[in-house]
Order: sequence, then C-alpha cells, then structure tokens
Amino acid sequence: MPFSAAQIARQGLTLAEYQRICDLLGREPNAVELAIFGVMWSEHCSYKSSRVHLKGLPTEGPRVLQGPGENAGVIDIGEGWAAIFKIESHNHPSFVEPFQGAATGVGGILRDVFTMGARPIAIMDSLRFGPLAPGKGVSETVAARNQALLEGVVEGIAHYGNCFGVANLGGEAEFDPCYSGNPLVNAFALGIARRDAIFYGRASGVGNPVIYVGAKTGRDGIHGATMASEEFSEASESKRPNVQVGDPFLEKLLLEACLEAMATGAVVGIQDMGAAGLTSSSCEMGGRSGTGVDLDLDRVPQRETGMTAEEMMLSESQERMLLVAERGREDEVFAVFRKWGLDAAIVGEVTAGGMLRVRHGGRVVAEIPNAALTHEAPRYQRPVAAPPSLAPLDPPPGAWPPAVSCAAAFERLLASPNLAAKRYIYARYDTMVRTNTLVAPGAGAGVVRIKGTDQALAMALAGRGRYCRLAPREGARLAVAEAARQVALTGARPVAATNCLNFGNPEKPEVMGQLVEAIAGLGEACRALGTPITGGNVSLYNETLGRGIDPTPVVGIVGILSLAGRVCGWRPPAGHFRAPGEAVLLLGAAPPLPPEEEVRRMGATELADAVLGAVWGLPPALDLERERALHELLAELVGRDLIFSARQVGLGGLALSLAKCALARSVEEPETPFVGARLVLPSGAAPGSDWLELFAEHGGRVVVSCALASAAAVEELAAARGLPCRRLGETIPERLEIAGAGGRVLISMPLAQMAEIWEHALERQVSAEAVAYV
Amino acid sequence: MKIGVVVFPGSNCDHDALYAAGVLAGQQAVPLWHESEDLEGADAVILPGGFSYGDYLRTGAIARFSPVMSAVRRFAAAGRPVLGICNGFQILCESGLLPGALLRNAGLHFVCRPVYLRVEATDTPFTAACRAGQVLRIPVAHGDGNYVVDPPTLDRLRRERRVIFRYCGRDGRPAPDANPNGALDDIAGVASEGRNVVGLMPHPERAVEAALGSDDGLAIFRSLVQTLAAETALTVAG
Repeated sequence: MPFSAAQIARQGLTLAEYQRICDLLGREPNAVELAIFGVMWSEHCSYKSSRVHLKGLPTEGPRVLQGPGENAGVIDIGEGWAAIFKIESHNHPSFVEPFQGAATGVGGILRDVFTMGARPIAIMDSLRFGPLAPGKGVSETVAARNQALLEGVVEGIAHYGNCFGVANLGGEAEFDPCYSGNPLVNAFALGIARRDAIFYGRASGVGNPVIYVGAKTGRDGIHGATMASEEFSEASESKRPNVQVGDPFLEKLLLEACLEAMATGAVVGIQDMGAAGLTSSSCEMGGRSGTGVDLDLDRVPQRETGMTAEEMMLSESQERMLLVAERGREDEVFAVFRKWGLDAAIVGEVTAGGMLRVRHGGRVVAEIPNAALTHEAPRYQRPVAAPPSLAPLDPPPGAWPPAVSCAAAFERLLASPNLAAKRYIYARYDTMVRTNTLVAPGAGAGVVRIKGTDQALAMALAGRGRYCRLAPREGARLAVAEAARQVALTGARPVAATNCLNFGNPEKPEVMGQLVEAIAGLGEACRALGTPITGGNVSLYNETLGRGIDPTPVVGIVGILSLAGRVCGWRPPAGHFRAPGEAVLLLGAAPPLPPEEEVRRMGATELADAVLGAVWGLPPALDLERERALHELLAELVGRDLIFSARQVGLGGLALSLAKCALARSVEEPETPFVGARLVLPSGAAPGSDWLELFAEHGGRVVVSCALASAAAVEELAAARGLPCRRLGETIPERLEIAGAGGRVLISMPLAQMAEIWEHALERQVSAEAVAYV
Repeated sequence: MKIGVVVFPGSNCDHDALYAAGVLAGQQAVPLWHESEDLEGADAVILPGGFSYGDYLRTGAIARFSPVMSAVRRFAAAGRPVLGICNGFQILCESGLLPGALLRNAGLHFVCRPVYLRVEATDTPFTAACRAGQVLRIPVAHGDGNYVVDPPTLDRLRRERRVIFRYCGRDGRPAPDANPNGALDDIAGVASEGRNVVGLMPHPERAVEAALGSDDGLAIFRSLVQTLAAETALTVAG
C-alpha cells in the first residue's frame, strides 16, 4: 500500500473506504486521486450517512419540476415562470471565521440558484448561537465569543448580500447553550427563471468544450468539505485557512455574465464550484450525464504560482463556475465574460466513457470513473439507537405551576433574545433592492412580487431545536408546520419545501436515531401539508469537544400568492394591529389534551426554558390535518380581504404573539401611535390554567384582527372548515391588557414600556467590543 | 423623454432605476454601459445605487475614472440634469461634480429603513414638482452615507440653498432618530452650483409604488419629466 493509515485518515477516509477505492479503480490510487476521493466521499459531498434515510422524504408534486439532486430545487409557479430555491449550511466555516464563513455561505447558495439560470430575488437566514449573556453555565468568555460570532456572521451576511444586490427577507435567530461551540448558519436563496430556460449541471455532448469562468483559483478553502465533515476540537482555530474568502462584487459580475451567456443559447450545462471546487463540479456534471470530462489544469486561471494538482482540484476559491458550451460557439461565451471583465478559459472537454481525467504539467495525474466519485460513493446504514431521553417527562418539583406572576413572566419573556425584536440584525440587510419586497423582515414570512406577473412568492424558515431535543420527530413536524403557517399568514398557499438538517456526529447511534426520527417527522408534515421537499443539505458533525447540538432540522417553505384582481397598492395582512376598535380573534386551538399531558407539553416552551430555567416533557401539540385546514382558511380570509393582520402563535405562546401584534409596527415606523388590545382569555379555574392559555406553544393557531363588522364572517368561515375561532377582544390605543376568566387581570402594560424592553433586548446583550471585533 | 441609467460593474439598483423611470414614470429608459462615452442622446442621466467596483478603495473612487464619467461631466457642464442616487451620489462627490464626501455611517453598520426627507428647494430638475417643505417617505440603504463638507463650503451650500433634502421627522421637523447616518446638518442631498446635478443618499426609485410601502419617490421622477417637458415646450415655442 503506497499510503500509511495516517495519510488515508488525513483525507477523511477509513481503511475500508480505501479498499473500496482500490476495488473501483482496479488498482491503488495515486496521491491526487486519493485526495479527490477523500473530498468527494466526505460526508459533506456524499451524504453517506444520511442518503439511505432521505429516500423516505416526499419529493414529488404537481409543481415540482426538479427535486433533490441538482444544484437547487425548481417549482412551477405559473405564468411561464419557475422558482428555484435551496437552503444550505455554512456552520463549520462560520465558527472558524464568522464573517467570511457566513459571507461565503450566502455566496454559495446564491451560485446554486443562478447556476440554474435564475436571477436571485430573495435570501433568508436561519441563525443559531450560544447565549450572549453570561450565566446559567455560560462563562464570560463564552458569552463574549458568542457575541463576536453573532456580529461577525451578521456583518458577513450583510456584506455579501447587500453588495450582490439581493433582498434579504430576514429569517430567524435563536440562542441556546448547545450552539455555543457550534453556531448554525443556514442560508436560503430563491430566484426566478422562465420555466423553459432552466439550466442543469450536466456535461452532455461528447467533444463539447468545458469552460472555466469567474475568479482565479487560489489556495483558499482547500479541504473545506472535509473540515465540514469532522468534529471540532481546541485545534480548530488552525482551520482558519480552510475557510474561503468571498468577493460579492465578483459574484455580482459572475451573475450578470452567466445569465447573459445563458441567453446566447451556447451554454449546454453549468455548475458552480462550491464545496470540493473543480473536482465536484466536473465529476458531478459528468456523473449526471454519463459522460467523462478531461481537464487540463495548466489551463486553469490561477492567482498563485506553483500550485499542485491536488491544491487546484481541492481549492474552494469562491465565485467560480464550470460550464459546458456547444462546440463552435465558445466565442459567444467568451465575449460575454470579456464584457464583464471575468476570466474564461477552455480547460477541458466532454468525453465518452465516463472517466474524469486530469492532466497537469503535460501528464495524466488522475483517472477516475465519474460514477465512482458520485453514484458509487459509500452509503452507510449506520447503527441507529433510539434518541436518548434528554429531559424528565414531568417538571422538577416545585416548578409547576410557576411561583412568579404571569405578568412577571411575560416581562421576562419580552426580553428573551429568542423572542425580542430582531431588528438589530436585519436592519443591516438590504431588504428592498430590486423593488419587489411586499413584506419585509419582522412579520414572520417574507413576500416578493414577480414583476410583469400577477404572482408573488412568500417564504419562511423555521427550526425548533429545543422541541427536537425532546422528541425529534415531533419537533421536525412542528418546524415544518411553523414555516408553512408563516407563509399561509400572507394568504399564500405553501407549495414546496427545502431543508437543512443540522445534527451531531452520525457515528454515534443516538445521533443517527435523532436524524432518522427527524427525517420521518419532516416527511409526515410535508406530506400532510402538501409541500414536497425539493432539495437542501445535511450538516453532520456539529460537535465541539464531544458536545453535540440539539438536533436542528431547519425547514424553508415557499408559497404562491396570487395578486390577480387585487387593487393597486394591495399588500398582504400585516404582522401588527392596524387601528383601535377592531376585533381580535384566535383561529385554531390546541388539540384536547389530558391534564397531565398539558403540563408535560409546557416543558419545551420558552416559558419553561427562559423563565423557569428547566426543560421537561414533550414538545407542544400539533394536529397536521387541522394545520392544513388553517392554512386553507387563511388563504380564504386574505383572498376575501377580511383581515388586517395575522400573526402565528409560536415561541412564547399567545401572550407573546399578542405582544408582537402590538409592538411590531413601532419598530418599523417609530412615529406611529401604538395599537394594543384589551382581551379576555377563557382560562379555567384549575391551577396553572392561566399559564397554559398564555404561554403554551401548540401549533395550528393564529391571531388575526379584522373590522368588528367582519368578525362574524371570519367565525363562519372558520366554522365551515371545522376550526375553532375565539373572539378574544378588541384593539385599543397604547396598552395591552389580558384578563383571565372572571375578568382577573393577568397582564396589563403600557406598550411604550413593553417596546422599551422588547425592541432593544438583543442589542443590550452585545458589547461594544463584539461590534468592534468585526 | 429619454432617461439614461449608467451601469457600472457592481451597480445593483440600475434595474430599479430603469423600472421606475421607464415603466412607472412612462419614459424611455436606457442602460448606459460604463465603458462607453456615448450617452445615446439621453435627456437626463441617472447614476444608480449599488457597489460600483465593489466599493474597493473608497465608495465611488474607481467609478469616477470610467469612460462614461467623462461624458457625464460634459453633460453636466452643459447644464443637463444628472441625478446620483446612493452610490451614484458618492460617485458624483468623488468626481467633483458635487461638493463633500460620504463617510462610514455614524453607527458603523449598513442601514436599510424608510426615512423622512424634507424638500428644501424646488428649483432643481428633480424637485420642481414638489412643494417647498414637502415631506417624502423614502428608504435608505447604505453603509457610507455620513455626509461631510468643510465649514466654508457648508456655509456656501446653505447660502446658495444647495442643500436639497434633509432628514427629518414625520412632520418635517428635526427629530432625534431621523438622521440614519450622522450626516452633517441632517443633509440627505445636495445640488451643484448650476442646480442641474443632484445627489442624494435615499432611494427614490424604491418608493414608487404603494404596494412597496410608499410612492413618494415618484415626485422626483415627475419633477424630472415636468422639467424636461417644459424645456421641450420652450424649444418648440422658440
């Protein structure tokens, strides 16, 4: 054997995998080939631990034009248009180097979208960090680092997206100690293209030239994919050079040039050079088409001298694409890239026989069947154990019902970073460039219209790590339901999903157990809600020093909102109350639960974690059939223009949902008067029933406001769908007043005081040093 | 009327300006490529927002050397209307067509939000259809919008009424959080000595439809159309 066990391990391969390589090649690999196998068979590129389980997900539907397996998913949105979208993780790089890690995460997902011929029109991000404030087992040092990570990541996203020129519609940001050593940075992008002008990552047509376009290749990001497939240790700081450096300006030029080149008709196939750069783009394009690719590395534009074949094949320099053009029409492609001042060079040719052949310095340095790198990559049925029970089923003694008052708990929740206004984050993002944004960050879902059509697209991201910690299957279902609900609030019909599965080390059977359960939950919910999964990614090994994250499947849902017949200037319902004197209603209700289960299902709430300091029991309840009926009801209510505002009941329960209805507007329009509400909840006499009414997080519930005269119509439409609808009260100026049964006041607070807490809670936890760090 | 919108490498609000001037203001709107000195017979030129040349070196510092800018300088010298929006304003300052410079925002972060602007002077091609003191709700989206100018020039700008837009509260009066970037004297936009060149940080092309939150920006485009139409009428009459 020409390699030592250590050399093989350094490429992230096991000895068994090495043997399989020898079998596939019929010989021992050389060093370049071993490196190519190492990166293509990494967890990040091959999905070797998750692929067998992902098969169970629903991926087909009437609108799905392209499911998983391409650069991004594609759905038909009508009027001859298609939406192309995906979510992807950049967790590991963002931990090592937050600014560049997050920036290149955005850059990578944007390329995945425009490589398919789509112009990106929206991005969103799902972010998770450790706590920003010390205490509860979080040291000063760790809290300070978490602040620096938040700042770096947000600045990186802003830097890349703003310069590129794509509207950022927000997303979500959460904080939990399990993300201290492993922040999650999941970036979502969506673009649109004509249905008949989608491009695929295929190297078809033997004899066609393979053209390299975009930035020059350097030594950055080498082995990035392998790094993303390992746990972190104290030595991970030394991985900084593995993180790529992004240039959004170059990416903007690449976008314009690619779209213009595609319009010439000379482009046969195209794929971005993301993880594993030149290697993955060439072998995957060949693999999909059953062709081979000959590459001559001497012709690759390089920004450093003396690069080895291995370095060039594994470089993850950003803002590069590989395309296959029609032979004889290369000049049309070159003319476009010249116009935009970008490198373009023929670096190879499509061949028959399915072989990836790499030349360097005039000799062949690698010769591998494309299929060996793609379809033949290992698939593991890793040992699966039932997910561990990570919390007791019942609350710790004395914890329930809580000893504090509802009002005190409410005030503390307003300041919880998970619930506080996220304006501190999204104010730095350009949310409107390209002038399509109908609903900007802050409402739950983002909405962009499509110029020249009667269509708009709504989109939302959701992940529920704490729920998944207690029951991964239920947690995953709740995440899907929440993202779809957010989309439905705008009046859009949820039609498709993308997902990013963030988990710990798959070599631990209980982590595999979490993964398998979560995938099952995703599948159930996506089937029930009519949102097939069109793609996404899997991020495993989110562990540092053996401490793994909560299983955190993050779901992105896209919905279609028809604007046909709308008056000029129409907008979807707001996420906040409009004016005093309007009716406030709660649509939907939690499924009936036995009393002891009611309390168990409070154990994963924000109330339990942030106020009571304990987590127990099970995630909130969810009835998927009712959830779907609720989405249909919302489409109908918005279609008939019956409601002014809609906001889901999520983290923090009904109380926080009402608070946000009263506060959200003041964040965007500081000089407008506050509109609150006076409400009565029908809580019973049983101990703790006020708590259940105010703070339970069960799915399938939405707060809407409407004209007093419309309330009866809303109630009727809900009843027609078999959905409960409860009139809670009316909007009033300047205060939020919530009473329980018999008029007992539970919460009564001036909105100005609530706003003072809620609007700035997040930034109060970030020190000036963290801001200066970026 | 023909309105040219310059496309620099890295411009990213060029499409929005073309859409506002073309589809919404109903004019012929054409892109002008940065490498060409031909303004294609445009009656007015817009330098759009974005990150020309990646904002490398300094915002607008490289774009000012583009061939198209030689043509824009001649066009401006001839008294023709030129509007710089955001990055376009930065380029006009770097080019010496407008006084002053735009520094990093006082808060150090990129800021994207609607602001209120008070129209301080209506004798420019871009404010002719506004009322003096009119308040417009228009978004900003920039990292470097902190306008500075030396004291003598500031005096002169005030004296010559060349401050065209100021950040203000909803009612048009100064307000504590109205200024999003720390700009000197709440200055959001200024005009050249000849008043035909105007630059501003906020994005009027993003406030042209009620569905997007405001259509107050249309006032800027309507002003331009009105000014050009009046000129044409004069020419015909003359």
